[in-house]
Formats: sequence, C-alpha cells, structure tokens
Amino acid sequence: MKRFLVLLVSVLALSLGIAGCGRRSGSLTVVGSTSVQPFMEMLAEKYQSENPDIQVNVQGGGSSAGVKSAIDGIADLGMASREIKDSELAEGITPIVIARDGIAVAVHPENAVSDLTIEEIRAIFAGEITSWEAIGGVGDIVVVMREEGSGTRGAFEEIVMNKVETTKDSIVQGSTGAVMSAIAGEPNAIGYISLANANATVKLLDVNGVETTNENILNGSYAIARPFSVCTKGDATGLAKDFIDFIMGEVGQQVLADEGLVVGK
Amino acid sequence: MKKRNLAQRTAFLLIGASAVITFALFALILGYVLIKGMANINWEFLTTYPALMGREGGIFPTIIGTLVLTGVALLIAVPLGVAAAIYLSEYTKGGIGIRIIRFAIESLAGIPSIIYGLFGFAFLVTFLKLGFSVLSGAIALALMVLPIIIRTTEEAIRTVPDDYRQASLALGATRWQTTSRVVLPAALPGVVTAVMLASGRAVGETAAVWLTAGGALKLPFSLHDPTRPMTLHLYYLAAEGLSLERAYATAAVLLVLVLVVYSLAIFFRQKFGMKRR
Amino acid sequence: MKKNSVETPSTHTIHKDPGARKEKTIHIVLLLAATVSLLALFLITAFVVGEGWPVMVKHGPLNLILGTDWTPSRLSFGMLPQLTGTLLVTLGALLIAVPLGVGCAIFLAELSSEKVANLLRPCISLLAAVPSVVYGFLGVIALVPLLRSTFGGSGYSLLAGSIVLAIMILPSIINISEDTLRALPIDYREASLALGSTRWQTIWRVLLPAARPGIVVSIILAMGRAIGETMAVMMVTGNRAKVTGALLDPGATMAGTIGLEWSYAADEHSSALFALGTFLFIVIMLLNGVAQLVTSRGRVSQ
Repeated sequence: MKRFLVLLVSVLALSLGIAGCGRRSGSLTVVGSTSVQPFMEMLAEKYQSENPDIQVNVQGGGSSAGVKSAIDGIADLGMASREIKDSELAEGITPIVIARDGIAVAVHPENAVSDLTIEEIRAIFAGEITSWEAIGGVGDIVVVMREEGSGTRGAFEEIVMNKVETTKDSIVQGSTGAVMSAIAGEPNAIGYISLANANATVKLLDVNGVETTNENILNGSYAIARPFSVCTKGDATGLAKDFIDFIMGEVGQQVLADEGLVVGK
Repeated sequence: MKKRNLAQRTAFLLIGASAVITFALFALILGYVLIKGMANINWEFLTTYPALMGREGGIFPTIIGTLVLTGVALLIAVPLGVAAAIYLSEYTKGGIGIRIIRFAIESLAGIPSIIYGLFGFAFLVTFLKLGFSVLSGAIALALMVLPIIIRTTEEAIRTVPDDYRQASLALGATRWQTTSRVVLPAALPGVVTAVMLASGRAVGETAAVWLTAGGALKLPFSLHDPTRPMTLHLYYLAAEGLSLERAYATAAVLLVLVLVVYSLAIFFRQKFGMKRR
Repeated sequence: MKKNSVETPSTHTIHKDPGARKEKTIHIVLLLAATVSLLALFLITAFVVGEGWPVMVKHGPLNLILGTDWTPSRLSFGMLPQLTGTLLVTLGALLIAVPLGVGCAIFLAELSSEKVANLLRPCISLLAAVPSVVYGFLGVIALVPLLRSTFGGSGYSLLAGSIVLAIMILPSIINISEDTLRALPIDYREASLALGSTRWQTIWRVLLPAARPGIVVSIILAMGRAIGETMAVMMVTGNRAKVTGALLDPGATMAGTIGLEWSYAADEHSSALFALGTFLFIVIMLLNGVAQLVTSRGRVSQ
C-alpha cells in the first residue's frame, strides 16, 4: 500500500512539475465569479487580439473559488463579485475594483407595480408584505432570491435589507438568468438581478422613484450596486499586471462600459 | 371463478397501463428533445465557437471538452479497471481482503456524483493543486466509472469457460500467459461493453465535472487547461436562460452521443450473451 | 501484504525461475490495480469528512441535523430543511416509480411476448443513459410550467423534483425487478398454475414474494440514486431552505444545496457544505450496505 502511495504521489508530482513549466509561457488563468466571467471573457478576447502570443483562460467557479484559487496559486487572477472578506485579505489578497454592477429589482412584465420604496422592498424580502394588494398589485407575492453566498445576494442584503433578515419563504435560484426565468414564468414574482445581465423578459422597478440605470448609479441617486473586482496574491506582477493594466486602461474600461457595467468613480 | 377473472383482468389492465405509461413517457421525452433539438442543429452549430457565453454561435469547444474529459478518464480507468477485474476473477479465491475490496467497489458504484465532485474539488483541485482542469475532471470521472469497468469486465471474464484455462495451463502456459492470451481475448467483447458503458456515464455526467473541470468555454490545449463539457454547457444555457434553441440543440447532440454509445454497449453485450445490468 | 514481494518470496520457489518472477510482479501489479478502489474510497471519505469536520466539531452533528435554520451568512447551519426535503423528494419519487416500475417489470417478465420484451428492454437500458441535466432542462421548461398551471404557485416544488427523479430511477427499478422475476424457476409458475391458480394469483402470491429481495434491492439502489441526484433536482425544486411537509412547496435537498452554493461558499460555509456532503455520504453508505446485505442473503441476480 505504502509503495503504491509513493508511486501515486510521484506520478502526480511529475505531472505537476510539467504543469508548472507549461503555465509560464504566456498564459494566464483567471478563475472566479460567474457574474464577472462573461465580461472577463470579452476582456480576454480583446486582450488576446492585441497580444496574440498570450493565452487567457477564463473560468467560473464562483467568487470564493476564485479568491481561493488566487491564494493557492491555482489561478493568476481571481474574480469576485462581492466584497473581499477580511479572512481573504489576511491571506495577502490584493483586490482591484474593475467596474460596478447595479442590482435591479425585477418583476413580471405584466405586473402593475412599477415603483417601490426601499422600505417596501425590504418588507417584501423580509416576508412582512406577502401580498401585492398592499402595494398596488394583485395576488400573493412570490419572492425569488439568489443562493447564500452569491455576490448579488450579499450586496442586496447589505444595501437594501439593512440587517433585517430575508424571508425563508422564497424560491432560490443559482444565477441571474435562473432568477429571470423564474420571474418571467410567474406573474406574481419579484427578485433581484444583476443589472448588466438583465434582459427584456422581466420588468425593472424604479426604487424610491429613481430609474435603475447606470447613469443613476454613477451620479449616486441609485444606491444598489456591487463591485466587480479581480485579485492577485500580493501585488500583481508580470503578465497578470499587464492584463490588469489593460483592463483598467481606456480600451478595457470601454469594453466593460459597452457591456452595461458602471465604470469610473 | 368470475371474481378471480375480474381480479386478474383488473390487475393485468393496471400492469399494462403502467407499461404503456412508462414507454409513452420515454418516447415523449426522447422524441421531444430530439425533434426540438434537431431543428437547430447544423454543421455550423457543431463546428463554431460560442459567442456571448453561448447566447450565440456553436458548441464546438464543449464537444471537444466532453470528448477530451471522457477520453482521458477512460485512459486512466480502463487499464486500472481491467487489471482489477483480472485480479479479482483470475488471481484470487477470496478472503477478507478481497471482500473489503469488493465492498469498496460496490460502494464507489453507489456514491453520488456530487460527492465525487466535492472530493475532486477538495483533493484534486485544491490539495494536489491540479486546479480546475481537464486532469482534475478526468480523474474524478475515472474513479466514478471504475466500478462499471471492473464489474462488467469481471462478468465477461466469468463467462469464459474453465476448459480454456485448464487447456492452456496444461500446455505449460503460465497463469499470466493464460490470462493475457486466452481469457482476455475471449472476454474482449465484454471489455468493449465495459468501455462503452463507462463512456456513456462519463459523457452524461455533470455535477462531478462541474466542481473539478472549471467550465471555461475554450478549447483545452493541455491537461491543465480548464474545460466545459456539453452537459455543463447545457446546464448554463438552461439555468441562465441564455438561449433556448441552443439548449435544445445541445441536449439533442448530447442525447445522440449517449444513445449511440449505449446502443453499442447493448449490441456487444447481447452479441456476447452477457447478463444485463 | 506487500512485505512478501519479489525480494522475499514466502511459499513459492521463485528465485530460480525468471518466468515465475515475472508472474509474481504481474500478480502484484494486478493486486495494486484492485486496491485502487479501496484507496479511492478511503480518500473520498477522508477528504469529504475532513473538510466538513470543522463545522461538525464547532456546531455538533446533532445540532446540525436537528437545526431548522440554514443561514450561512449568519453562520447558522441547521440542515433539517435539506434532510426533510431530500426525504420528501425521495419518497415522492418512490411512490411514483415503484408501482410503475414493478408493473413494467411484471409486464416484461410475465405478460408480454418474448418478441415485445426483447424490443422494449434495450429501450429501458437506453433511458438509463439520458444525462440528468437533460431531465433537469426538460423539468424547467416543461414540468415546472405544467405544475404551475395545474396547482398554482410557482411550479418550483418538491413535487417537480419527485417527478423528475421518478423518471430517472424507473429504468433501474424495471431492470433489476425484471431480472429477478426471470431468474425464478419455471417450476414456481407451473406448480402454482397446476394447483388451479390464475396467472395473476401466481404472480401476486408466488412470484412477487419470491422476487421480493431483488425488488427491495432495486428500490434501495433507486433510493440511493434519488437521494444523491443534484443537477435535475436543483433545477426544479426551488431550493427553499425551510422545513416543510408539503410536496407542492418549494424545498431544498442536500445534494441540491451543495450544487447551488458550492461555488460561492467560503470558509465555514464551505465546510458546512462538506458536512452536508458527509451526511449524504453516510446515508448512501448505509443504503449501499443494506443493498449488499440483501443481495448476499437473498442471492439476488444482479
């Protein structure tokens, strides 16, 4: 048994060695948030068209997997769609915010309601208001949320819920797309989604009379937004630094703006 | 007598109904996916890259992802599985050690894919630092299909008549010569069946590769690149509501591939007269 | 075991003969291949349990199992919602699949002509091959809307999970049950019929009781499959982490919760998902054990 273990470990070590050598030659691995992933794919595409010798691998896995991969050295860059935790910063992680994404409150297109106050939204997601009748609609409210740990959910709870616990009486979906599908199929549904990924199958509500747009996020009148960041272990060096500089440069920021994210301070 | 006939007639009616319901359901499901999907499949869909995370374009890298993951998993699992099956059926008569090994094999067969995924994530991706990669995904898949290969191969070896072995041994062949030149060739169709069943399982698997292979929508150029198989792509297309037409088409391609592989397995098994599992 | 390797042969006279030496080496290589499964099982256990250990120790396994509140952001990891959800979805699936599956098996083994059975049987094997994500996809686009329009509510429900699972486990129930029925000696049937029983009485009073161990094994294996299924269930059940007794409510399962939350889970949350995986693993291993026991006791053909 022991001998076999030694064999196994040495085979694995060998393949790791080969991996280590292969990765240096002009390739970058970016791992993390599935919310950031589509934008990163586009950035990578643009970057590679300018630098044909560099290969950028973008993969999902989630914010935590991304940060963890950066800490463990599995990825050159991690992507996060939530704030970096203190425990992660303690591991030497350096985050850089590349853009912000609005979080929109969405309902079925046929819903009569089109404007809610932040207090009303809080009451709905806390399970205190359970009927549309109380706020100018019809039927019982079906709350749709993201899963525990999601960056969208984290930001929504922090900004909107203000320490009030969200209701357990909700459907939980694993992505903005899945939340939109659930809302599009259920006339009484309400949920929160990533603004940059929103499409016409759902209706976005105004919050406190302010329309959910990037301009309003930028001018500060719409407050529900979360950072998209990339992170490296320690300070970025070499290729990783070059790629981050590209993202933060004019071309990169324009790509992100074109895709519906909020860039600039 | 009448009452008995009535009971029998009712019972047979219910049994017949359950058979009709079952097969109608299955025909409906397969027919629905294939018809809906085939309408959206063309050469371009199969050979071009996806754009906008799969909202547009084809599924070429995910087909390659599926083939590469399955291929590498088989490269690992087939030699191991066949060797294990040979050992268990030709080289040992039993004993407590063998019983424990058999228990392990049976247990592996019953462990759900999400557990293989968790294991792969904790051990392969993180602990061994293989990262989200073809290699991590393939090793997780290999362990998952290992019991299928061992059991099916063993069954095949058991159908080889004992006379073959005795004749070979009597001619002075060693046990390994007997095994490699007489028993294995005779059991070959069974081994092929095992490989087919294992590939079918690997091609159709989602959860285990989701937690290990990363899911990048790119062609994997090395074992250390991440990849996204068709199953995972279908999940993203469906769950994220990216493109219904492409989801149908991907499901259809996946189904056709799995059905072809399983049909081959069934064909070889029936040809070889092995028992069904 | 490996102590008695090439250098120190124990019983055979190996040193003199290079052929025998090669035989011995081959023997060891094959043995090593056979032990890979054991090693894999050990590593899987070690890493899944190991990662879940911190949360197990901190909260206590009993508190985890009996806790009704699953709120990882507050580090509250009550797993009762997932446990009851898994139980309900599985029971629902069995309620649908067992009668259908056993009925089908009786049809194939006892009632249909050999020709029809030989035609239908490969179809069932093929259906076992349909990937679970395809069932999940169909569940989302067809079943959930159907349940919504039939029963009201959102359609995302434990019932949706049960139906999808029932379809997924049908093939294995049919296969094993039919194999068991066919393996029964023809004498059983002839003796019973000779005593004046009808065919149905023969099936009901003689064949089904005799085939019970095989049918039980098929149900246990199907249960294991249902309990561990992730993708299809996660896509249709709505994943609401709240204890419920109603099949029409949305609900979460153990595997579904792992699938849904693993990618964003950090620190203790991640460990809690592995703890959930550990409980899932324990349940599956118990079911495996029972199935293996019944198999060896009842000489089930499988």
